[in-house]
Amino acid sequence: MELFLIFFSAVLVNNFVLSYFLGICPFIGVSNKLSSAFSMGMATTFVMTLTAIVTWLINNLILIPNNMAYLQYVAFILVIASLVQFVEMFIKKTSQPLYRALGIFLPLITTNCAILGLALFIDLKAYSFLQGIVFGVGGGIGFTLAISIMAGIREELDLADVPKPFRGAPITLIVAGILALAFMGFSGLISV
Amino acid sequence: MSKKVSVMGEYIKGLWRNNPIFKQVLGMCPTLAVTTSALNGIAMALATTFVLFFSSTIISFIRKLIPSQVRIASYIVIVATFVTIVDLVMKAQFPELSKALGPYIPLIVVNCIILGRAEAFASKNNVGRSMLDALGMGSGFLIALVMLGSIRELLGTGTILGFQVMPNFYEPWLIMILPAGAFLTLGSLMGFFSFLSMRRKRLLMNTEIKRDIEKKKPVIVNSAEV
Repeated sequence: MELFLIFFSAVLVNNFVLSYFLGICPFIGVSNKLSSAFSMGMATTFVMTLTAIVTWLINNLILIPNNMAYLQYVAFILVIASLVQFVEMFIKKTSQPLYRALGIFLPLITTNCAILGLALFIDLKAYSFLQGIVFGVGGGIGFTLAISIMAGIREELDLADVPKPFRGAPITLIVAGILALAFMGFSGLISV
Repeated sequence: MSKKVSVMGEYIKGLWRNNPIFKQVLGMCPTLAVTTSALNGIAMALATTFVLFFSSTIISFIRKLIPSQVRIASYIVIVATFVTIVDLVMKAQFPELSKALGPYIPLIVVNCIILGRAEAFASKNNVGRSMLDALGMGSGFLIALVMLGSIRELLGTGTILGFQVMPNFYEPWLIMILPAGAFLTLGSLMGFFSFLSMRRKRLLMNTEIKRDIEKKKPVIVNSAEV
């Protein structure tokens, strides 16, 4: 039940993009087309799940027992960067179709703050191993949901007559604001 | 990266013309997350400037030693080191601020402004210019965060830096300090600034055309620097 709550709170209530502001760069950069936005979301979910597992293990088995918690940031970011590189190589070797779908998005994910943010939040909230994984999956799905909705809206927005100064980033931000307002409606759903 | 930019120009360009937030749209996560009040914005910008300044300096200093295949990883390690320093200092000296900013201090590591400047500027220019460039970008970031933080604090709670500004009967717009307010404020500000720059460009073009007509010369419209 608790895992269930963590999952839904990460997907809807405390959505990574719309309430923690993590992963805004890809959210604005890659949300032009629904198909690529969805692929980006899936790639991010995949990496977030792996990150949750690996950083939890490193943090709780290596850093904390050895009193080296001050190395957290350096360790996390190195792990994430190498993990992304490794996943990219692995997918390239094993599944060409998957690589074609996700490949180009993987390098971008290293600097996606949602990934490092996830590792930090798991540490901050002192989640257990299982809770951390659920939080990672939920966060990833929440990201996918937000970026897909955004891409769907932006495809329609291309047809709309937006005032010239607002084209591009400004109107995207305003749409995101309205989306965040809508997501606030979920906050009564679960009280965490 | 024109080499003819004057030394002062390296600093000034970051303030407005290449402002990291409004013009380059970099480093959005901390910008949106911490600007619930002007003070938080200032603290965040100062922390980021510190990291940006020292990592740019060091990266530019050792730019010829870093093999280009592993440069991104090396940059990230350098940046993460300085972020750890900032985080520990803030926890010790300003525990309240550190709590208010929470995980967004460590997230400076993945702030695109820092990596972006390292990759685009510090790795190609000498130490002095990189320092000035970092300071300029940091100041531009500060301007943007203070602007955003003040607007949100003023409308959301009726205060600026904790001082009551709005009259008593003012009903605070709670939405401005919630996440949705961040997106709406930044979107409107960016739209407003691009409106201003478009208008200036149009006025400039009009006067140019008028002058050319007076001189009875063929109209040449310069594509002004972007």
